[in-house]
Amino acid sequence: MIDAPAALSFDGVTRSFPDRHGGRTTALRGVTWLARAGVVTGLVGPDGAGKTTALRLAAGLLTPDSGAVRVLDLDPVAQVGVVRDRIGYMPQRFGLYEDLTVGENLRLFADLQGVPHAARPDRFAQLMRIAGLGPFLDRLAGRLSGGMKQKLGLACALLKEPDLLLLDEPSVGVDPVSRRELWKIIDGLVAGRGIGVVVATAYLDEAERCGEVVVLDRGEVLATGAPAGFAAQQRGRVLELEPAPGEPPRALQVACAELPGTIDSTIRAGRVRVVTASPPRVEQLAAARGARSHAGVTPSFEDAFMAQLAGRHERLPVGRRERAVEPAADDVAVRVRDLSKRFGAFAAVRSVSFDVRRGEIFGLLGPNGAGKTTTFRMLCGLTSISDGEATVAGRDLRRAGRLARLQLGYMAQKFSLYGALSVVENLRFFGRAYGLRGRRLRERIQVGLEEFGLVERRDDEAGRLPAGYKQRLAMAAALLHEPAILFLDEPTSGVDPLARREFWQRINAVALGGTTVVVTTHFLEEAEFCDRMLIMARGAVLALGTPDEIRTLARTAAHPEPSIEDAFILLAERQGDAA
Amino acid sequence: MSARRGWLVARPGLGRTLGFLRKETLQIVRDPSSIALALVMPVVLTFLFGYGVSLDAEDVPIAVVLEDPGDAARDLVASLQGSPQFEVVRADSMPAAERLVREHRAEAVLRIRRELGEGLAAGGPAPVQLLLDGVDSNRARLIGSYVDAAIGRAAAIRRLRGEAPGVPLVTAVPRTWFNPALRSTHFLVPGLVALVMTLTGILLTALVVAREWERGTMEAVLVTPLRPGEFLLAKLLPYYALGMGGMLLASGIGVTVFGVPLRGSFAALFAISSLFLLASLGLGLVISSSVRQQFVAAQASILAGFLPAFFLSGLLFDLGSTPPAIRVISHVVPARWFVEASHTLFMAGDIGAVLWRDAGVLALMAFVLLAIARRKTTTRLAEDRA
Amino acid sequence: MIWLRQVWALAIKEFLTILKDKRSRFLVIGPPLIQFFVFGYAATFDVQDVAYAVVDQDRSPESRDLLARFAGSRNFECVATLDSPAELRAWIDPMHARLGLCIAADFSERLHSGRPAELQVVADGRNSNVSGIALGYVQAIVADWNRELATTRGGGGGGGVEVVERSWYNPALQSRWFIVSGLPAQLVLVVVMLLTSLSVAREREQGTFDQTLVAPLNGVQILIGKSVPPFLFGLVDGLLLSAGAVAWFGVPFTGTVPALVAVLGVYALAVLGIGLFVSSLSATLQQGLLGSFVVTMPAVILSGFTTPIENMPRWLQAATVANPARYAVAGARAVLLEGAELGTVVGFLVPMLAVGAVCLVSAGWLFRLRSA
Repeated sequence: MIDAPAALSFDGVTRSFPDRHGGRTTALRGVTWLARAGVVTGLVGPDGAGKTTALRLAAGLLTPDSGAVRVLDLDPVAQVGVVRDRIGYMPQRFGLYEDLTVGENLRLFADLQGVPHAARPDRFAQLMRIAGLGPFLDRLAGRLSGGMKQKLGLACALLKEPDLLLLDEPSVGVDPVSRRELWKIIDGLVAGRGIGVVVATAYLDEAERCGEVVVLDRGEVLATGAPAGFAAQQRGRVLELEPAPGEPPRALQVACAELPGTIDSTIRAGRVRVVTASPPRVEQLAAARGARSHAGVTPSFEDAFMAQLAGRHERLPVGRRERAVEPAADDVAVRVRDLSKRFGAFAAVRSVSFDVRRGEIFGLLGPNGAGKTTTFRMLCGLTSISDGEATVAGRDLRRAGRLARLQLGYMAQKFSLYGALSVVENLRFFGRAYGLRGRRLRERIQVGLEEFGLVERRDDEAGRLPAGYKQRLAMAAALLHEPAILFLDEPTSGVDPLARREFWQRINAVALGGTTVVVTTHFLEEAEFCDRMLIMARGAVLALGTPDEIRTLARTAAHPEPSIEDAFILLAERQGDAA
Repeated sequence: MSARRGWLVARPGLGRTLGFLRKETLQIVRDPSSIALALVMPVVLTFLFGYGVSLDAEDVPIAVVLEDPGDAARDLVASLQGSPQFEVVRADSMPAAERLVREHRAEAVLRIRRELGEGLAAGGPAPVQLLLDGVDSNRARLIGSYVDAAIGRAAAIRRLRGEAPGVPLVTAVPRTWFNPALRSTHFLVPGLVALVMTLTGILLTALVVAREWERGTMEAVLVTPLRPGEFLLAKLLPYYALGMGGMLLASGIGVTVFGVPLRGSFAALFAISSLFLLASLGLGLVISSSVRQQFVAAQASILAGFLPAFFLSGLLFDLGSTPPAIRVISHVVPARWFVEASHTLFMAGDIGAVLWRDAGVLALMAFVLLAIARRKTTTRLAEDRA
Repeated sequence: MIWLRQVWALAIKEFLTILKDKRSRFLVIGPPLIQFFVFGYAATFDVQDVAYAVVDQDRSPESRDLLARFAGSRNFECVATLDSPAELRAWIDPMHARLGLCIAADFSERLHSGRPAELQVVADGRNSNVSGIALGYVQAIVADWNRELATTRGGGGGGGVEVVERSWYNPALQSRWFIVSGLPAQLVLVVVMLLTSLSVAREREQGTFDQTLVAPLNGVQILIGKSVPPFLFGLVDGLLLSAGAVAWFGVPFTGTVPALVAVLGVYALAVLGIGLFVSSLSATLQQGLLGSFVVTMPAVILSGFTTPIENMPRWLQAATVANPARYAVAGARAVLLEGAELGTVVGFLVPMLAVGAVCLVSAGWLFRLRSA
């Protein structure tokens, strides 16, 4: 493998951009790395690491300030014509023509990339089957859901079978089932034709599938190597704790996170996974809380990644720890009965019923096009209800929409505050829109700024904040009026692993404070943080229950400890077979 | 079929261009707003200009205060009444007439004083008073000259009847070439063609290219083997076709509905329109590749394309009467040269001296603008984070 | 109370977005200013320095005297002296001269013998307006010359009707007064229209609308909150440039300030209604931009801003009744030039209010329809 020729190499490459104040910010600082043919190379790092800049340099879209970029042993700037005949590139936001149909988009990019006509029918059919877009060939690309667009974008980039494929976060917003499909395509290309693939990704489980990984942070290469090698370094520092019966894993996770020496603590399959510099401390804690400690856990790439970044980024103080309200089955915050939504003849949501208890974190999961976003939008009053009833905080959405909306906070998938306004101006606007004023408004804004670490950024333009801060601001705005229920639409889509951890910590604190949280997500490991979850497919309820209950559905003799993702895929496949 | 395809594979550039061209065409056909701007707007504008914009005056309500009961005065009023330009309203007194003007019920007052008949009889000066509503100065000036003409006709009648002493010494005998009846429609419609092509060539083109940047499709297209020249060609062709379509619609309606003559050759009109449209397309492409935002591109094309085409081209307002600075600036406005050529082509004919000059300037402008557009269409992203 | 406070919050937010965004900040200042000067200087119907060529085959003192009158007028400018009328074509065809003045060899002989003499005038009809006015000037110069000649010679022909002209409102008949006085209304149209379509399109573009829609605000509040800033910017721009018209271009201000504020303010409201209506119809930014353009063009052409409504055919005149720009232009002129007061302009305000109200209601209805 070491002998394979370099498909892409960076040699001491520096690239900077002008910033607002007339200076320059450096996106890449003298980085050196290479990607070999026949190998999938993962480019991993938090936001602002320089992943996109690196891929754009490789595609010849940018020129380096200094250093050399070689693509297939060519200069991507001087020999741009030859290079572009041989590479495939999928930008982060793939530019599909939204007023063209799926088929027309495919045809256009096939024309542009010079795919021979004879090869097209098979190639199109194959890609559409894999992407699950076969039935939608005549649909306008603008009418596809976010995940479907992403899959179509990838299909367009893969049309030609290039010698080097550059993918910039290809699976953002794509559900787990589709993600597995995408990786099948990529692996097939590498195995079959020995091409080089470079994938920038924020999904660490995807990084684990790569042959080699380059860890970038703030424009520098922290480490390169095979994921397994990374993980091996953490041997002995990873523990898994099984909480004492009756203790929610979340509480144990928070306790672990606060221990000195803890690098990372998450929930996996009902257990708390801790990466720590001092395992004895964790053992002590486990003993004190009656949790069973499993030592000798095989470290994952994710553990290694967190260890690489440890100390390079600020960590947030953990907020509240005690529950203000204990969720109870008879204390309902959101009540949904036979809810349906039809768009013309198409039934997006079919007679869905469930309850969300006060003070719990409730997850809404499902593959692309399952109807979860539509359900979610109906509950927020953004889409009208075709049939059935929905009550939010005791208010009927169909009759007292305005009163219901006063009780809910909403955070959109995309940053949707006013970019031209400063942090504090945004907060002031949303506060006033919810009827706050005077001293009360000032107090709430101050609390929001402090709680979300925004005090020093209060006068910065919201649109120019780093991604993590944007998300903090969005949440601060949604919580300003102390809503009874907080709705979060794919809050962690496209967010790096660091910010994701921070985010869930906050959600946890919010829920402990008594606010009900309803959240949609694609990251199934995040579902572990939910008290209960609803899995939807094709507009109907597939399963409803606690993470434990959901996992039980997939437990078999061959697979005694399934993850939520395993369960999800199993359920989705079972439904697919039935249909 | 397969032979054709084989041919395409042999020329990948052509396949790419055709593919992009097909996409561009589909987008135009699907977006009602681009069809509206390119094909409906020319029709609407031509009818608006043909019917709605007229610099001639007809049926002007004029109040006449007749203080002299004599024949000469009555002849004068009869001459006004007989003129198609006027609609005579009788007023009893000057204050009554002035009130009519104030209430916008009359646009002028002609006061024929008692002394008229005596003055004429004595062979001395015989003044009449003309009061004009001067708000619309152009119209007021026209009304003034219509009144002069009516008075002249009255005098001629009186001379024929032998009532007037002598004859005027010199008469100015006007003869108008190209547009004998001085119909303003004949003047306006040929100029309008420039405006129509500006809309498609600059505004629509600037918008569609800026849209590619804004929606991120540009980045996806940039990294394909599509070359900048192919990109430009595929963008130019459909909008060239649309622009020429607009031109043909506007001129066709002008000729058939409004009776504007086309004295020059169609070939010359087609050729010069093409040059002008290419210059406009070049400007549209330069604007959009410089600003890369639809909204800014729209503003820039209105300020740099539409306004100059309207105001600095001689389409409606005569450049010869503007301050020298404006006249100098107008030389860099493509529409100025096209409007000149268009007026000549429609009303005068193929006058080489005018057409070659205008065609030459337009060709130069088209070349320079397209060359800049070609330079600006890079296969790289801008310096700042796009 | 809460209702109003929420509207207020929306309005402040809109103000901040307009002022903080470079492009909309430019929009409030740039295009109005550029249009102000372009219209003021380039939009003229006055005719000056008409280039003419002379063919004097008589070369007598009389012919020279008559031609000297043209040379002395600031309306005319001699560009060539030719030998025969046949040469005229070479000057008029390529547009080097717009008029040809021809005096035949028997001009002075005819004058002396008491027979009528002729001044042949050839005009280039390609610009009908300039030619028409220039021919009027020629007639006036000839008439003057006739009268003087007759007076010096005594005897017949000196008499005849002499027109004494006086113009109200615009004594020197400057077309700049005419154009510039209608300008404030035009700028209100451009500014309000663009800011309105931009503010709705921007929300769609950036996906910020959802966040506002989940807040406990209703459609009316959002509509009002969105409308206040474009309205105020349009009105202030209109008033400032009215002041500019008076100070820079010397247009008189004969009416009252309240009357002007009323005309421009009510017009801004009507345009707001139209702008929101167009936005509610358009799905994309491009459609919004082109839509507002498609509405603006005819509104300007049929407003009487550059060419009089009275010249249009009756059916088209009837159609302009629904064009608010028509009332705004006439109203602004009435205030600036004709000395109109608040009471006088009421007639202009009512139709504008009616159009605005119809559009606003339809816009509100369409917004609701789309968001369902």
